[in-house]
Amino acid sequence: MTATAEAPAARGSSAATQQQSGSDKKQSASREGWVRRAPLLPALIFAIIVTQVPFLFTLYYSLQSWNLVRPGSRSFVGFDNYIAVFGDRVFREAALNTILITGGCVLISLLIGLGLALLLDRPFPGRGLARTLLITPFLVMPVAGALLWKTTMFDPTFGIVNFVLGPFGGGDIDWLSTYPLAAIIIALVWQWTPFMMLLLLAGLQSQDRSSLEAAAVDGAGPFQMFVSITLPHMRRYIELSVLLGAIYIVNTFDHIYMMTSGGPGTASANLPFYIYQRAFLGFDIGEAAAMGVVVVVGTIIVATFALRVIFKSFTQETS
Amino acid sequence: MSTQTSTPSKETTSDVGAAPKRSRGPTSGTALTVLTWFLALTFFFPIFWMVVTGFKNESDAYTETPKLFFAPTLSQFNNVLDKAAPFAVNSLVATTASTILVVLLAVPAAYALSIRPVKKTQDVLFFFISTKMLPLVAVIVPLYVIIGQIGALDNIWVMIVLYTAMNLPIAVWMMRSFLLEIPGEVLEAAAMDGAGLAKMWRHVMIPMTAPGIAATALICVIFAWNEFFFAVNLTASASSTVPVYLVGFIASQGLYFAQLSAAATLASLPVVIAGWIAQKQLVRGLSMGAIK
Amino acid sequence: MSALAACGGAGTWGSGSADQIVVAIVTNSQMTDAISLSDKFEADNPDISLRFVALSENEARAKITASVATDGGEFDVVMISNYETPMWAENGWLVNLQPYAEQTEGYDPDDFIPTVRESLSYKDDLYSVPFYGESSFLVYRKDLFKKAGLKMPAKPTWPQVQDFAKQLDDPEKGLAGICLRGLAGWGEVLAPLDTVINTFGGRWFDQDWNATLDSPESKEAINFYIDTVRQYGTPGAAQASFAECATQYTQGNAAMWYDATSMVGTVESKEDSKVVGKNGYVQAPVKETDHSGWLYSWSLGIPETSENPEAAWKFLSWMTNKEYMKLVGNEIGWASVPPGSRLSTYEIPEYAKAAKAFAKPTLTAMKNADQDDPTVDPVPYVGIQFVRIPEFQDLGTRVGQQMSAAIAGQITTEEAIAQSQAYAEAVGKTYQEDN
Repeated sequence: MTATAEAPAARGSSAATQQQSGSDKKQSASREGWVRRAPLLPALIFAIIVTQVPFLFTLYYSLQSWNLVRPGSRSFVGFDNYIAVFGDRVFREAALNTILITGGCVLISLLIGLGLALLLDRPFPGRGLARTLLITPFLVMPVAGALLWKTTMFDPTFGIVNFVLGPFGGGDIDWLSTYPLAAIIIALVWQWTPFMMLLLLAGLQSQDRSSLEAAAVDGAGPFQMFVSITLPHMRRYIELSVLLGAIYIVNTFDHIYMMTSGGPGTASANLPFYIYQRAFLGFDIGEAAAMGVVVVVGTIIVATFALRVIFKSFTQETS
Repeated sequence: MSTQTSTPSKETTSDVGAAPKRSRGPTSGTALTVLTWFLALTFFFPIFWMVVTGFKNESDAYTETPKLFFAPTLSQFNNVLDKAAPFAVNSLVATTASTILVVLLAVPAAYALSIRPVKKTQDVLFFFISTKMLPLVAVIVPLYVIIGQIGALDNIWVMIVLYTAMNLPIAVWMMRSFLLEIPGEVLEAAAMDGAGLAKMWRHVMIPMTAPGIAATALICVIFAWNEFFFAVNLTASASSTVPVYLVGFIASQGLYFAQLSAAATLASLPVVIAGWIAQKQLVRGLSMGAIK
Repeated sequence: MSALAACGGAGTWGSGSADQIVVAIVTNSQMTDAISLSDKFEADNPDISLRFVALSENEARAKITASVATDGGEFDVVMISNYETPMWAENGWLVNLQPYAEQTEGYDPDDFIPTVRESLSYKDDLYSVPFYGESSFLVYRKDLFKKAGLKMPAKPTWPQVQDFAKQLDDPEKGLAGICLRGLAGWGEVLAPLDTVINTFGGRWFDQDWNATLDSPESKEAINFYIDTVRQYGTPGAAQASFAECATQYTQGNAAMWYDATSMVGTVESKEDSKVVGKNGYVQAPVKETDHSGWLYSWSLGIPETSENPEAAWKFLSWMTNKEYMKLVGNEIGWASVPPGSRLSTYEIPEYAKAAKAFAKPTLTAMKNADQDDPTVDPVPYVGIQFVRIPEFQDLGTRVGQQMSAAIAGQITTEEAIAQSQAYAEAVGKTYQEDN
């Protein structure tokens, strides 16, 4: 089913404004504007106060040198924090990790999710149950999932993963120390694949069956049909899934906090976690704020491009 | 942009969508079914293991060869229920209150962006979704400092406000998509019958979007219940929620896998059950209303 | 605002007329024992209800420091240490406990072990009271040593210990030669590592606040520690804190363990440990110095922002007085009594008996731990396993991360030392400018 149609512009009010004259019209038009705005205002004002105002403070703090545990150390330093941030090797590493984790997780869960969606798009015994089982990883509390992966799955001595890999010779790996990023990506992929699967499955099931049947009658094989009919149809759904998934995954915090604390060292820290560390473990408020600003600017740049795609997706009329 | 000419098909989430018949025989069908089931079971296995381990004694949980057969005990669950009760109450309060608040704010707002839209609808929608995309970590420091200075750290109302703000964009987008589905004729017919705004709401809009409101509420509940970042930084004891309770298991001394598994099971149970029951609404919510 | 504050959450509902005290502590075994015994306190003090916030060390320190430094007021009692106490007392963040201690009958603050008491005082007044104190020493499996024909000297050196580890290390049987901490954190991996640096002749800063983590002695020490862990340590060492090593050692997976003297509560616990009674304890290994054990005390203090200092003190004193020691001994076990805080504990006959194997090494280690003179060459700071400046929480965290990464093999030891030196230099500069 496609996205919603464009907002029908003047529903319900055209009758009222038709029979007015001149300045009356202007007055009632502006009143009309306020009548329309009124229901929106509570939500809008609430959102602005709770989300924008704190960010202004972040900007303000970023221009100061302020260590929470050294009272009297608060002073205005202009852009020094930003210079320190760009020169900090760990910040660059965290940025790289963020890209790796987000890209890796989105790509892998998209591919697996697509595969699962294709498999679920056909009737077979127990289909409903299989689907229910498959969506569960996404419903499990992320913090709980992260803890489980850290302990019952990845523990080098007592974990399932090493037990399963044992016969293949890999039963000794200390996942969280040796391959922390991989471990985190695995745990995240496990959680997010159902998300991708659900969205893509909806896309598959909204295909027009008649054109698929027509193609089959014409002798097209399943692979051909997939490439020339299904994939183009799925493009919007794939874009949507990738973007929505990326928005959430780029801000991953729970898994890093619970599984590795960004370690060993800072090997698996991503930007949200590193900023958290600088603020709450290092107590360097100024630098943490500056990092926050840098991340926001980066997000805006990426988001402007991404949002255009989402908007097309959301407000596209069905063709 | 696409060149399809297909018209939108009927409701999609039913399981009846007939797939085209494969031209190959039944063996490939069986193979695919087996593959599907294998994957489903593999994905589900960690959860299965979590629940099973919750019934073990700690010594059974720490064996090098995972134990599948053992004498089950309810002691871990009892233990967890005792300890986690206050956290669960906080989670319940924060989730319920913020969800109610979100619906109260989002429905009128969505109305003002769909049926009787304001002029700058696109800009407002853009604003809402942009707040969703901005990283929380950029505002945690001032939030912590300001909330600390007004003496409101570790306060459940702060969490309610933050969760409301967190879910508001999703709710607005979702409710908007549901409101847009109300056929124009129905609204016009009601208007012609002389229905005022209140009557329109009570007799037309709310009944027709009730499933939509439910779906919105479901998504908000999921995100609020599972929220961790704000909870761990802004609460200490009085208003800590269930995810914060789980933090206590990091680097615990002694053996704790079984108790952790029991805790993880109980923590996830509400959302898992809700999600199982409302799978269709789940899709709608996750795509912020774009996909039915 | 007060109405908001009043209904803060499930924790504050139903507290009725009782004063509620929020206690922030770390999840070490002695603390979790205290939590389990706290209903006795509440029974004796019906007008006080307790609420515990128990977190692992890194998370607890972060939360407590953030709260106290910003006057957040979340806690009435905080678990801090001899690192924070003098600095926070100077900042005016803590309630002066000397008057309380002196006016409480039978509390006897002079009974505290002198080095510990001094380390928690500012201008001769106690600003936090010790819950337990520790130094560090080496525990080893007497049975494994005997089987291998090895003898542990009374005052081992690090090279000797490394040699023992090499001989006993048996990965195929799942036995590590030695368990050493590797988890990032200034109170985690840096605690043992700093003592090794000290005893090898290294130090963090020289008298002019030049950072000296890359001096030849410091380098030798760091390389020694990291190599030993990599070659003869337990799997997952880079994530190993006190708790993980405790599990490994008590489950029989390590032949030796160098860590806090307070380990005895777990190692000799009949419920949790598989190696009870098989252990020998010796002084912290040395090289260029006579002693190298650290000095540390988990202590309890009251933030200035607390609205219930009287009630907070009641709880605090309950948890640190002489009767509490007997309570733990009788209810939980004599090996679990909080060690290293009161001299009188060691006079209790049952405790003396249960602690025979480790009482003397513990007390000796604590008596010889000198915060003011920890290194071969003089240093401008106080502290054995830490550097008592406010920036150390941050500096130590970052250096700890580098060391942990080196242990995990993510970076080379050289890189870790270089980056750590850079961090230390940045901090040292601010002190050079002050002077």
